[in-house]
Order: sequence, then C-alpha cells, then structure tokens
Amino acid sequence: MTAVAPLALPTLPAAFQQSNVDYLAILPLLIVFGTALIGVLVEAFASRERRHAIQVTLSVVGLLAAAASIIVAAKHQGLTMGLTDGSTNRQLFALAIDGPALFMQGTILLMGVLGVLTMAERFGGVGPDAFTPSGASTPGSAVETAAARAGALTSEVFPLTMFAIFGMMLFPTTNDLIGMFVALEVLSLPLYILSGLARRRRLLSQEASLKYFLLGAFSSAFFLFGTALLYGYAGSVYFGDLSKAIAAGPLAMNGLLLPGAFLVFVGLLFKVGAVPFHAWTPDVYQGAPTPVTGFMAACTKAAAFGAILRLAYVGLDTGRWEWTNALVLVALLTMVVGAVLSVTQTDMKRLLAYSSIAHAGFILVGVLAFDRKAVGAVLFYLVAYGFSTIAAFAIVSLVRQNGAEATHLSQWAGLGKRYPVVAAAFAFLMLAFAGIPLTSGFVSKFGVFSAAVGTGGATGTVLAVVGVLCSAITVFVYARVIVLMFFSDAPDDGVEVVTPSVSTTFSIAIGTLITLALGVLPSALLDLADRASQFVR
Amino acid sequence: MTAMSTVPWLTILGLIPLVGALVVAFVPGSAENAKRMAIGFSLVTLVVGIIAATQFDRASSKQFQLGEQHSWIPQFGVSYALGVDGIALVLILMALVLTPICLLAAWHDVPEEAGPRGGQRVKSYFALILVLETFMVGVFAATDVFLFYVFFEAMLIPVYFLIGRFGGPRRQYAAMKFLLFSLAGGLIMLVAVIALYLQGPGGSDGFLIERLTGLQMDPTTERLLFVGFFFAFAVKAPMVPFHTWLPDAATESSPATATLLVGVLDKVGTFGMIRFCLQLFPEASEWATPVVVALAVISVIYGALLAIGQTDMMRLVSYTSVSHFGFIVLGIFAFTNVGHAGSTLYMVNHGFSTAALFLFAAMLVRRRGSKRIPDFGGWQRITPALAGIFLIAGLSGLGLPGLASFVSEFTVLVGSFPTQPVAAVIATAGIILAALYILLMYKKVMTGPKPEGLVSEREHDRLDEPARRGLTAVRDLTTREKLVAAPLIAAFLVLGFLPNLALNVINPAVDQTLSHVQKAIPNLNPAGTVAEGSSK
Repeated sequence: MTAVAPLALPTLPAAFQQSNVDYLAILPLLIVFGTALIGVLVEAFASRERRHAIQVTLSVVGLLAAAASIIVAAKHQGLTMGLTDGSTNRQLFALAIDGPALFMQGTILLMGVLGVLTMAERFGGVGPDAFTPSGASTPGSAVETAAARAGALTSEVFPLTMFAIFGMMLFPTTNDLIGMFVALEVLSLPLYILSGLARRRRLLSQEASLKYFLLGAFSSAFFLFGTALLYGYAGSVYFGDLSKAIAAGPLAMNGLLLPGAFLVFVGLLFKVGAVPFHAWTPDVYQGAPTPVTGFMAACTKAAAFGAILRLAYVGLDTGRWEWTNALVLVALLTMVVGAVLSVTQTDMKRLLAYSSIAHAGFILVGVLAFDRKAVGAVLFYLVAYGFSTIAAFAIVSLVRQNGAEATHLSQWAGLGKRYPVVAAAFAFLMLAFAGIPLTSGFVSKFGVFSAAVGTGGATGTVLAVVGVLCSAITVFVYARVIVLMFFSDAPDDGVEVVTPSVSTTFSIAIGTLITLALGVLPSALLDLADRASQFVR
Repeated sequence: MTAMSTVPWLTILGLIPLVGALVVAFVPGSAENAKRMAIGFSLVTLVVGIIAATQFDRASSKQFQLGEQHSWIPQFGVSYALGVDGIALVLILMALVLTPICLLAAWHDVPEEAGPRGGQRVKSYFALILVLETFMVGVFAATDVFLFYVFFEAMLIPVYFLIGRFGGPRRQYAAMKFLLFSLAGGLIMLVAVIALYLQGPGGSDGFLIERLTGLQMDPTTERLLFVGFFFAFAVKAPMVPFHTWLPDAATESSPATATLLVGVLDKVGTFGMIRFCLQLFPEASEWATPVVVALAVISVIYGALLAIGQTDMMRLVSYTSVSHFGFIVLGIFAFTNVGHAGSTLYMVNHGFSTAALFLFAAMLVRRRGSKRIPDFGGWQRITPALAGIFLIAGLSGLGLPGLASFVSEFTVLVGSFPTQPVAAVIATAGIILAALYILLMYKKVMTGPKPEGLVSEREHDRLDEPARRGLTAVRDLTTREKLVAAPLIAAFLVLGFLPNLALNVINPAVDQTLSHVQKAIPNLNPAGTVAEGSSK
C-alpha cells in the first residue's frame, strides 16, 4: 500500500438496519416486474389458444398502469432503497427517483407499449409473425416441425420484453455502479434471446444473437472492471461518494480513476452504439426480428443514455476534465462514422442501424454540453427519436416479398406509387431523421446543438458544426430512400405492403403523429423535459 | 418596431393555400376539378393579399406592419411572429401573382394516368404547388429568425418532390443536387442561427429580428455569423460559385416548378441578404463587401457568358438568372438607398420576366417536343403570336426601356456607381451580353426559313388533303396560354412605365434597413452622393 490515505472505508454497522424503501416511489418498477412474473405464470398455465391474447393484454395493461403510476412516484422523489450510515452520515441509497429517472421511465414505458404492439402482429397466423418457437433450429427442419407439432408457441417474447423493460427502467434510476451493472444485465439478457428468435432468415438472426451476446458480455466485463477500479479509487460504488471522492481526491490515485471512468463509459457507450463500440449495431439490427429491432433501438438507447447522463452528471461530474476529451472524440467519431457509413448501405435495416449510430453521436453532443438545459434537450431527443424509430421499423416489417421482409433498398423502388400512405409515412419519418423543420427531428437536433454551442464552449461549437455537417451527409441517405420510393419506377417483382392488424397500425400512426406533433408544437414536452432535468444527489 | 394588426392577414394568406392543398389532394373528384379548385384557391389568396396590401401604411415609422406575434417554443426563444415591410410585401405580392399563373401554365404538365386513382398524381402536383405558396408567404413574412429558418428549410421539401416526381429524365439527379446544395447551406446557417440567439438578449422571444438588430458583438463573431448566413443565401440566390445546382434543377423540373423556383424561391436568398446579413450584421457586411461585390460581378458576366453558350432553352434561361442575381446582389451591397431600392424592384421584375421566359419557352418546347435551340428555327412564321410574346419576354429580360427590367437594372447601376464604380462599370457589360443571349436565342428559334414539315394551323386548314400530307399543324397560342401571357406582359408594362407603384412601397423599407446599417457604420453615406470634403 502506498501512503495515500484511504477515504473512510465502509465499516459494518453494529446492528442490523432495515433498508429504507419508499414503495410508492418505485411503484412503476414493481408493476412492470410483477407483470413480467405473471407473464411467466401465464406461459405455464393459460391455454394455448388464449395465451397470445392474454399475454398481449397483460403486457400492455401492465405498461400503461406502470406509466400511470409514475404520477404517484413523481410525488415521492428522492433517494430510496438503502440506508444512511449512522456514523458518517453517508447516504447509501441504490435508487435515485428524480426527474430524469422518471422521465426516462415514462418514455421507456410508453415506447414499450408501441414496441409490444408491433411484436404482437400476427398477420392472421396463430402466434406473433416475427418470431419462431425454436430459435436454435434450422428453418423447415425436423426439429422445427416437431416443435410446432408439440404446440410450442412464441408468446414467451412478451414476458421477456417485460423483463427487458424492467431492466431499462432500472438503468437510468440506479444510484450506484453495482445497481447499474445489474440493470445492464437485466435489460441485456432478454434482448440477447429476443434477437435470436427471428422466424425468417434464421442464420442472420442467430448470428446477431451470438454477436450481441459475446460483445455485450465483453462490454459488461469492461463495465465491471471499471467499477472495481473506481471502487478502489473512492472506496465506494455510490455516485455521491464517487463525486465527493474525486472532488477531494488525491492526484496520485488518478491511475485508478482515469481507466476506471473510461472502462465504465465503454460499457455504457457500447449499449448506445457509439463508435468505436458500434460494431454489433448493424448486424444485430439487421438480424433481429424487426419489431425487436425497433423496440431495442428506441428503448435501449433511451435507457443507456439515461444511465450515461447520471454517470456523467452525478457520479463522475467532478472529474469531468479527466474524461471529457475522450468522450468528445467518441462523439465526433460516432457522428462521422455513422453518417458516412450510412451512405453506402443497401439494406434498409442496416441503413437505419447506421442512422441510429449517427443519432447516438448527436445525442452525445448534447450530453457533453454539461448544463441543465442540455439534459432537457437530451431527454427530448430520446423521446422524439424513439417514437420515430419504432414507427419506422414497424413500417419496415410490413414491406414484404413472398412473405419475407423486403429489406433490400432496391426492393423499395416505386413503393410510393402503389402504397402512397405507407410510403408517405415512411418518407415523413425519414425527413424527421434528417432533421427537417416541422418534424420532431429538427427540434431535437436544434436542442442539443444549441445547448452545445451555448454551454459547451469552443469544443461544443466544434461538435455542433461537425454535427450539422454530418446531418447534411445523412440527408443524402434519407433523401435517397425517398427518391427510391417516390421517383423511381417499381420493378414488377411482387413487393407488397401487407395490411397490418390494428395494433401495428396504431403503433405506426402514433409514432408518426408524435413525430409531427413534436415538430410543430414541441413546447409542452420541452417544458416537461426541462422541469425533469434536475438530478437528485 | 412592429405594428400589430387586429386581423391576422399574413396567417390567413398562408393558410388559404394550405387548406387548398389539402382539399385538392384529398377531396375525391376528377383531376380537372382539382385543377380548377387549385386555381380558385390561389386566386382567393391573391385577392386577400391585395386587400391586406391596402392595409399597409407607407408612412408608418414602424419597420414591420400587419404584425402578429405569439409565443411558439419559449424554451428556445422562438415566437410565431409575422410582419412585412415594403420589401417583403412586394415580394409576397409577386409570389401570389405568379402562383395562379403557374398553376394555369401547368395545366397539362402531368398527364392523367389510367385507372381509378389515375388523377391522384395530377392532384398531388397541384397540391404541392399550393403548399409551396404557403411557405413562400411564410418565409417572406417571418420576423423571427428561427421561424424564417423553419420556412426556409421546409420550403425545400415540396420543391424536392415537385422536381423529383414531375420532372424530366434526369430529375432524380437534379432533385438530389438541389436538396443537398440547399441543405448544406441551410445547416451551416443553423449553427449561425443558434449562435446568433446566444449573442442576443435571449429570453422567450429572443429570436425576434427586432431583438437581434443592433447587437454589440465582437468583430470576429459577427463576421463568422455573417458568413454562416451569407453562405446559405449565396447558395440559394444562386451566386457563382454556388450556382451549379440551378441549371440542373430548372431544366429537369416542370416549367411551373422552374418558374417558382427561380422566380420566387431564389429571391429568398437576396431577400435574406437584405433582411439578415445587412440588418443584423452591418459591420461584417461592410467587411465582406469587396468579396461579395466581386462575386456578384463575376456572376453577372459569367452567367451571361454561359447563357450565350447554351443549346438547351431552359438551361439558357436559368443561366440568365445567375447573371441577373449578380445585379441584385451588387445593388444590395452598394449600401445606397438607390441601389437597394433598385435591387428590390429587380427582384420583382426578374420574377415576372423569368416566369415569362420559362413559361413561354415551355410553350415552344411542348409544341416541338425538344428543348434544344437548334431544333427550332423559323417559328415566327407558324406561331406568330407565340413569337411575339416570346420577344416581349426576351426584351424585358434584356432591359429594353419601357419594359420593367430596364428601370431596375438602371437603378441598380446608378445606385452602385457612387460606392462601387468599378463593379458598376463592369456589370454594365452584362447588359450588352444580355442583349446577345436573348437576341441570339430569338434569332435561332424564331427567324430563318420556315421549318420543314410544320405548318401553322390556319394554313393547315386552308390546304387540301394531298398538300397536307407530311405536314404537321402547329397551334398558335391557345386561350389558356393567352391567359398565362396576358398578366405577365401587363406587369412588364405597368412596372415599366409606373415603377413608382412599387418603389413608393419599397423606399421607406429601404430607408429603414439602411438606417440600421448606418447606426453601426456612421460614415456610411446611403444617399450615394459624394460627401463634401471627402474628396480632399
């Protein structure tokens, strides 16, 4: 041991202390977790014919109830789930129920509803259309036939989704590194499974699942190692302690702080698909069942950015000067690589994947502005992007050729002539991704860029300029899709838009309408996001 | 600084075409019916526009009139604020006049397809033009920088669809080029818009032009902001070297789209230079003047030279516009009352004369089935009336005294001579070149021996059956085409002989704008006269 004085290491309390839990504050989390557990029971006990209907209803009702209970939780804001160390008066609370956490929870819940509704699409079949009951089998093999004959259904995707949503809600709410790690795993594991359950193009799906799992495991390991280093530095995993330790911290220990902070960020940046931790994104987005891709793109991103915000603004805020430059570099790379590589894509889902990488870069620009207004802008961005994305992927799942999804760009040629409404909705979403005024995409980009120029200093201005240049590049990509759909002639190869059920139609309509509404009248949500932008410490 | 209006005239002006667009696009019925409704809506807009113009008070001391203001996105400091000064008013009126003319000219641009939904394509064409009209009103009337930006960018979308869906063979390329050029300019401007707000007083209405006028900024910031705005406007205007998108876009789009694109939309660039570059960044504007004036003069000469070399009629007309925009920018950056007034008048006149050239040329193109000038020759013998209006349009384009453009060209040159004598002298050569490209085109298209195999309709009727063999009858002007031509030619004559109709409205606005500049640069001499003692 060197002579550096350790910060008060936690001592075991003399007597057992009961953890202090405000159950009303965590009501939304409890409802979602409870619904997920009931979902598991439904799998076991409900009859085959009714399982799908029950699962869908249960999930949607559970999510909506949880969303409604946020109003209750909002009245019980503060730290909870833990205790105050009597001797040092340190607060050891695992959860922070505050504005950003509740805002993210509400966002994830509502986007989750749309996600579940798109996953429930059956196109007249018995189970969800996008999923297979036996993900490990080869399509059309004896194993699959046997599974089908044995009555295997795919309704387990709904409890899995609920567990994932639980983890996502927990992610931006946790107030310590261990809790954050648990949330990370809870949200990831169901997603690994869901990614591998695609009914068609099974090999791609299995590859996606494996890739996501392996790389995800790596990033989790990074996160955990970073946690260990930070614990070594601060003697605590709680964000409050971490922040204080850095403020008072001895420079000699920076050898632990810097790699620790960096590794923890790697784990989180992996989840949002920031360059250079983005390699999984295109493959997983392409291979996963399309409704899962949409859900993942919207909700995982929201959850992970919520976590990044808390880490950056609460846990490591005092050590900002140490790690900001690395994150600035990541943001620049993410924007440029996402924008440039999206130009060369020929597959719609991969295109949207690179677009999501570019968007992650834009959101990072907002994160790096280090201001309350910037937090509001980031929260707004996540809502706007999430709803547009779910609607966009839902539309992708409708465009089919011989029953399978037609994701190659050339297959979309002339779609606007034969299916003007669907194509117009998709074109509108493309314009939103491009950030054209009167769409939510413009308001969100304006928000993060103005925060960056306003409080980010010279770095912020550089980031904003690179951001708009990358936007200009991505415009080309989205405009090309519109060109294909509206200005090109359709090849006569039977690409069709299948008529979806009410649930998918609802998701697409709501996603598109929110994209428009947030573009024309954004001030209500901006106001809400602004009021929800204060972290509790 | 803004005189509020009890009746929201400008909002109404913007809403009528928007409602019209929805009606035209979605109300079931025949395509013919939809076309008539589209014209109806645009005419109603024009009438309301004229009524609104009568409410405009020329003697008012406020910069903007017919004002409206509501909080829109207070978190960003954005208001929904509209208002017009004389400059904006005449440009809006020009747009309102041109829209019904273009709709009428576009009657047969899009063929009706077979099938139950065959008319839908026609309907969306007309609806898009009406949507564009809404944005045209908005962009000139916005008195909030953010709102202006919203209209500036949103306007691209209907044009993008108009070019890409209803254009010529290379329309995809042209539409994409148009969009990328404009958006690249626009996004650079976005950074400047954000930074401008941060320089200003901020608050929930911090984007209003009146709050951002006369700011004290450090010179570097002001210059950077100026460059951000000017770049977008120079792409839009278009000035050499950012002009390359225009010929493609104008040639590949339908004539009505090209007219609105060059006649109205590009004016947003020069309008923006007056409203934003000069008013908000006067010192930076003065700093940039040498470069801008040089580019303007290059535009004048280079555009004219390129026009002379064109063999495609539409391309020729679009290059003449590059030249004309050079004149307009020269007048603006001369910093004199006369130059500014001339430029504004030039914008209006150029709108009409370009519309005439594009639309009349399109009439020829439709008859011949080719845009190439060498495919024509001798057409005044078979379509004398069309040749006549084509000549008038051309003469107006080259600035013949008595027709509108002469007044504005002359005023711009007179106004820029006191401050930019060299540039004014060189630009004068542009007028000579203008005579060259117009008259050469007229000569190649209209004069010469009678074209083989073509014959005027009247002669066709006179000939008997065997003599008709191998001859195609070409109609002279139809009633619809006469209706298209009449208001344009009337505008040339009225604005040619009575330019004060417009100048009286424009002049107070010009004085207002220049007074902002003068506050920042006290030794500026907007009267354009040589101040006493300065020559010593």
